[in-house]
Amino acid sequence: MQNKSWLMRFAAGLGLAVAMAMSPAARAETPKDVLVIGHVAELQTLDPAQAVTISDFRILCNMYEGLLHYKDQTLNVEPGLATSWTISDDGKTYTFKLRQGVKFHDGSEFDADAVKFNLDRVTDKNSPYKDTGPFPFVFELGPIANTEVIDKYTVAIHLSAPYSPMLTMLAGSIGGLVGISPAAVKQYGKEFSRHGGGTGPFKFKLWESNQRVVLEANPDYWGGAPKLKGLVFRPIIDENARVSEMLSGGTDITIEVPPDNVATFTSNAGFKFYEQSGPHLWYLLLNTKEKPFNDKLVRQAANYAINKDALVSQILKGTANVAAGPTPPAFAWAHDNDLKPYPYDPNMAKDLLKKAGYPDGVDVTFYVTESGSGMLSPVIMGTAIQADLAAVGIRAKIETYEWNTFLGKIIPGMEGKANIAELSFMTQDPDMHPFLALKTGAPVNSGYYSNPEVDALIEQGRAVADPAARAPIYKKLQQILADDAPWVYIANWKQNSVAAASVKGYSLQPSFLTPFYTTYKE
Amino acid sequence: MLNYTFHRLLLMAPVLFGVTVVVFLVISLIPGDPAHAILGTFATPENVKELNAALGLDKPLPEQYVIWIGHVLTGDFGRSYVLHRPVIVEIGDRLFPTLLLAGTALVLSSVFGILFGIIAAVRQNGWQDKLITVTVLIGISTPSFWLGILLIFWFGVRLAWLPVGGMVDLFGDGGFADLVRHLILPSFALAAVAGAVLVRLTRGSMLEVLRQDYIRTARAKGLSERSVIYKHAFRNAFINVIPVLGIEAGFVLGGAVYIETVFQWPGIGRMLVQAISTRDILLVQGGVLIIAVAYVFINLVTDLAQSVLDPRIRRK
Repeated sequence: MQNKSWLMRFAAGLGLAVAMAMSPAARAETPKDVLVIGHVAELQTLDPAQAVTISDFRILCNMYEGLLHYKDQTLNVEPGLATSWTISDDGKTYTFKLRQGVKFHDGSEFDADAVKFNLDRVTDKNSPYKDTGPFPFVFELGPIANTEVIDKYTVAIHLSAPYSPMLTMLAGSIGGLVGISPAAVKQYGKEFSRHGGGTGPFKFKLWESNQRVVLEANPDYWGGAPKLKGLVFRPIIDENARVSEMLSGGTDITIEVPPDNVATFTSNAGFKFYEQSGPHLWYLLLNTKEKPFNDKLVRQAANYAINKDALVSQILKGTANVAAGPTPPAFAWAHDNDLKPYPYDPNMAKDLLKKAGYPDGVDVTFYVTESGSGMLSPVIMGTAIQADLAAVGIRAKIETYEWNTFLGKIIPGMEGKANIAELSFMTQDPDMHPFLALKTGAPVNSGYYSNPEVDALIEQGRAVADPAARAPIYKKLQQILADDAPWVYIANWKQNSVAAASVKGYSLQPSFLTPFYTTYKE
Repeated sequence: MLNYTFHRLLLMAPVLFGVTVVVFLVISLIPGDPAHAILGTFATPENVKELNAALGLDKPLPEQYVIWIGHVLTGDFGRSYVLHRPVIVEIGDRLFPTLLLAGTALVLSSVFGILFGIIAAVRQNGWQDKLITVTVLIGISTPSFWLGILLIFWFGVRLAWLPVGGMVDLFGDGGFADLVRHLILPSFALAAVAGAVLVRLTRGSMLEVLRQDYIRTARAKGLSERSVIYKHAFRNAFINVIPVLGIEAGFVLGGAVYIETVFQWPGIGRMLVQAISTRDILLVQGGVLIIAVAYVFINLVTDLAQSVLDPRIRRK
């Protein structure tokens, strides 16, 4: 049996090799002064002016800061690179006093010229650095006409029309572009995307494609050096892999735990689970131009027909709250707390349908997407909603599309294609989505909703700069939109995250950003 | 022989040209352009138009293709607009990890596939044969990404023997042993199915050869069983296995797409998945072209190898 003994020797050798490879204890342990974050996507750019995804901004918010910051745990603004500001009476000029003695990571100084350079770069068509773009989300900063340097530490931003979301936008993700180092843009040109350079508490160190992005502490940060020596963002796109890495100790923090795995972490003392409701809405877009949803009664019927509590607790496993209207509660100052969600009432839905002239029910087409940013679990949500609608007589035929295809079909308008579509948005100001998607003839008003009263309120809300004066306008807007029901309001997503119990000084923010300035490990 | 090689090399050109046209058309014709992918629900017509112009996507399709292929011929694959860097640099970064993973899987599947195939054939209907055949059946029916998840769960999380993903330990010395430890699970997951196919093929091919007259003659001459099997039978059986090795190489390259995703392996497969979902046309083009070149080249090598072993093929 010569053959067999040869095989035995081979197997023994192989076993030894495997044992040797496995011998060091593989349960990973991360260094104490470095935080390893399980990140949902690969970083695309280190330039906040070009960044387009929330996952990028979660890294960038540690490197860059805007003229304003969000106060911890809120969407209210506080001083950042600017120490104070004034708004002209016509709401078209914002003047900022800048913080003095702030240095960029490359050692150059932050001043009014830098602010002007950065805003010109993204808004001035004749800027010599225009070709370092494109800058897809700069429109969020509003209709900036020009930027004026008043003195070394005073800068005025002139708008062509009043734009009250200005301050929240300057504090938000895209606002970080104001704090880019002009010297770095000039030095690297198009390659600035791979180098970056801001004023934030962490500075760029290393980016290995698809493996890690490393930031190191900026000891000269104007607010004092951060507690951690460094941050390592590991892109782990597969959600199961993200959970496995967290369980095995390969990461200290994981953002976006899949609903099915939440219990794994909440039941384990080695981990701490975090949740934070964000400025997000998951809704059904209704085609208000064509039958049957041109009738308000049918739109309301759809709102009554769907068991939102069941969707949120059984499918999303508590990772979202039931939504009451178009403005997410994360905008605490603008949200109408008296507004209650449509209750689950199939009988009421049937009555409304009958009243609207559909005693035998109605057939509709329902667009569902396979996945997509902020879409939670769209396929299974779609199926459950289909069943709820069918129970009251709205017989929805589902058509499922891949996300980009889906957007390509929906955004230009639903006419002749669909009656219902799943959709979601995430935004930094309560103005943004109504302005783009509910105003008559607005660019992404794909459901053709039109209501003069709503249009007037949206315009009004943009023109008033003071949040205290804006709030009643948005509350009124929410009441009208809840009743008129251009959408079926389903859920507000709670961002979640899990951290090792040793991680302290960490919390989730309603902006969905993840600043780690105050975070440390015990 | 030289003539044959040259002939085969010439044939590569139209194949690669066809690949680029098909990929370009497929990704350009599916609805949802890059501007929509970037802007999501903020894709106003104005924003879309402006962005497409900035990305050079406002030109007619044939023109876009001609511009692209012109640049490719000069070695310029363009810039990825999602990753903001030259496509060729990104691919360069990811080529080694993919070749390492696919290469290891190919070697593993070939060595074990052929070895177990021979054993099964030699012990036909014995317990070894039965055990191998059943295992192979399970191997063929298991999707490799699922096998990957199982391996991660058991060996990475439960037993914690091996890292659950990535290519190097972020805080280790990054030496060879570290690389091997990270390579074990993904290469095994990738090799399992490919190896199972090879076991079946080798077994079948060996059984056929073992029934030939010359094998009986060899045994009658009093040659040792080992010499009969490895020197006489296997050499001939191997000719049938070689072209399948080429196909297997393609299979592991393709399989790398999902194995890389499951194991966070920083290779071309994972890059392609992301590039397709963000409609990063130039990156998809570059990645597919590289894989196509590799595949065509591997097929060329296997064909040449076969013609060396079996001169009859050349004469055809």
